[in-house]
Amino acid sequence: MSRRSSPVIPGFGLTLGYTLVYLSLLVFLPLAGMFIYAAQLSWSEFYAIVSAPRVVAALKLSFGTAFIAALLNGVIGTLFAWVLVRYRFPGRKVIDAMIDLPFALPTAVAGIALTALYAPNGFVGRFAADLGITIAYTPFGITLALTFVTLPFVVRTIQPVLADIPRELEEAATCLGARPLQVFWNILLPALLPAWLTGFALAFARGVGEYGSVIFIAGNMPGKTEILPLLIMVKLDQYDYVGATAIGVMMLVVSFVLLLLINLLQRYVAKG
Amino acid sequence: MSILSRRFSLFAGVLFATSAITAQAQTLLNVSYDPTREFYSDFNRAFNQHWQAQGNEALQVQQSHGGSGKQARSVSEGLRADVVTLALAGDIDQLHTSGKWLAKDWQQRLPNASTPYTSTIVFLVRKGNPKQIQDWDDLVKPGISVITPNPKTSGGARWNFLAAWAYAKQTYGSEQQAQDFVQRLFANVPVLDSGARAATNTFTNNGMGDVLLAWENEAYLTLKEHGADSFEIIAPSISILAEPPVTVVDRNVDRKGTRAVAEAYLQYLYSDVGQRIAAEHFYRPRNVAIAKEFAEQFAPLKLVTIDDFFGGWQQAQAQFFNDGGVFDQIYQQQ
Repeated sequence: MSRRSSPVIPGFGLTLGYTLVYLSLLVFLPLAGMFIYAAQLSWSEFYAIVSAPRVVAALKLSFGTAFIAALLNGVIGTLFAWVLVRYRFPGRKVIDAMIDLPFALPTAVAGIALTALYAPNGFVGRFAADLGITIAYTPFGITLALTFVTLPFVVRTIQPVLADIPRELEEAATCLGARPLQVFWNILLPALLPAWLTGFALAFARGVGEYGSVIFIAGNMPGKTEILPLLIMVKLDQYDYVGATAIGVMMLVVSFVLLLLINLLQRYVAKG
Repeated sequence: MSILSRRFSLFAGVLFATSAITAQAQTLLNVSYDPTREFYSDFNRAFNQHWQAQGNEALQVQQSHGGSGKQARSVSEGLRADVVTLALAGDIDQLHTSGKWLAKDWQQRLPNASTPYTSTIVFLVRKGNPKQIQDWDDLVKPGISVITPNPKTSGGARWNFLAAWAYAKQTYGSEQQAQDFVQRLFANVPVLDSGARAATNTFTNNGMGDVLLAWENEAYLTLKEHGADSFEIIAPSISILAEPPVTVVDRNVDRKGTRAVAEAYLQYLYSDVGQRIAAEHFYRPRNVAIAKEFAEQFAPLKLVTIDDFFGGWQQAQAQFFNDGGVFDQIYQQQ
C-alpha cells in the first residue's frame, strides 16, 4: 500500500483548474488580445513603429529610469528592512506602516505632490536650483517619482527573510573569526539575495509601466523626457489603436525577457 | 495589507450601494472636456429648475470631465453618454466614424454649427508683465519660457498651436515661415503637460514659464482663483475662434429613452439663461445681445476660424497633429 503525502488543500485538479481559469481571465486573455490585435501589422510595419526615433528614445528612458529606481530601492529598501527588523525603537510600527503608503496613495496625487515639491520654485527644488540642479521635468525627476511608487517592494520582500535569519548564525561566524564585513558578505547577503532579486524585479516591472505619478513630473518633451506609456496615450489620442498596441506589445516582450533573466539569475543564486 | 484590502472592499460595497440608490431618479450623462466643470455644474442646476418648472420630474445630470480625445474614446468604447460637449468637432466626428454612435450630419442639428458658446486662446502672464509680452512675436524671443500642453494629447493645445500658426501665416506669408515660427516657439517650451489643467498648474503653482497659452475661460478662472494681483491676461493681435461643439449621442439616447430630455438640455444652452451662465464662466456667448452685456470682459480680437483658415478639423488634424505631421517634424528637427 502506497500512501502519497496529501497536501493541506485537497484536490489538485480543482486548485490548478481554478488557478488557470483565474489567470486566463485576468492575465492571458487581455495579453493575447493585444498580440492578436497587433498581428494586423506586418513585420516591417511593426518594426517601423517600434524603431521610430521617438519610440526608441522613450524605450531607453522608461527602462533606464525604472532600472535606476529599482536599483536605488534595492539599496535604500534593504537599509529600511534592516532598521525595521533589527532594531527596536519608539515609532517603529508607525514607520513600518508608512512604507506601504506609496501603494495606497493615488499615483496622480503622488505625482502632483512630488512636482510641487521638486519644481524649481518648490520647497526642495529651490535649493537644488540654487546648486544648478533641475529635478522636476528631467529624467532625474522621473527616477524620483518611480523610486517613490516602487519603494515598498524591496522592503517588503526582504523583511520576512531577514527576520528569519537566526542571529546565532552571525554570532557563530563572528566566533569563528569573521570580520563584520565578512559576516555581511558571506552570511547575510547570500541568504537575502533571492528575495532581493524578487523585490528588484517587482519594482522594475512596476516602474516600466508607471504612468500616473510620472506624467506630472516628467516634462513630456518628445525624445527627452517622454516615457513609453505616454507615447501609447499619444497614439490612442490619435485613434491609432494599432500603433498603441504595437508599442504595448514591444514593452511586454522586453519586460518579459528582462524578468525571465532576473528569474534565471535568482535560480542560479538560490542554488549557490 | 489584508486590513487594507478588507477596508477597500467595504468601501467598494458602499459605493455600489449608493450608486444603486441614486440610479432611481432619471439621469443624464454629460461627457465633457476638462475646463467645463464649473460651467456645467452651474448650468445643470439651472436646467433642472427649468425642467421641473415644465412639470417634469427632477433630473440628475452627471458630469464626466477629462481630455477631449480620451472622453470621445470612452464614449466610443461604450460609456453611456447621453450628450457629449467636447473641445473640438474632430473628436465628435470620430464618434460617427468609429461606430455610428451619432448621425453624420450632427453638426447641422443645432444653431451655430452646434456650438452654443465659443472661446479663444489668450496669454496669461505674471503680474506686471515683467517680460513685456504683448503678441505672438514676443513668444519666440530668446530667453522667453512658454507653457502649453502637448497638442498630441490636449485639445486646448491644438487650438494654441493653430492660433500661433495663423498668426505666423498672416504675418509672414508662407507655410514654411509659419513652420519656422512655431518651431522657434516650441523651442521655448520647457514642459509639455498632457492636459490644459496640468499646464495651468505648472504655470501657476509650480512657477514654470513666463507665459501660459490658455483658453480664455481657463485664464479668467485662474485670475479668479489666484487673485488678479498675481497674473494678468494679454490678448494677442490675432487668435483663433475655438468652437467646442455639443450634440446628442443618438444610439445611447434611443436605447435609454432619454432623447427628449437630452435635446431639451442642449437647446437650453442657447437660451438667455444658458448663454448668461456661459458668459459668467468666461465662455463667449453666441447670443449677440448677451455678448454685449459682457462686452467688457471679452477683449475684441481678430479671430480666424478653423473652417476658413485650415479647411476644417479633419484636415488640420492630418496636416499638423497626426504621426509625421508638422508637430512631429518640429521635434525631429530639434
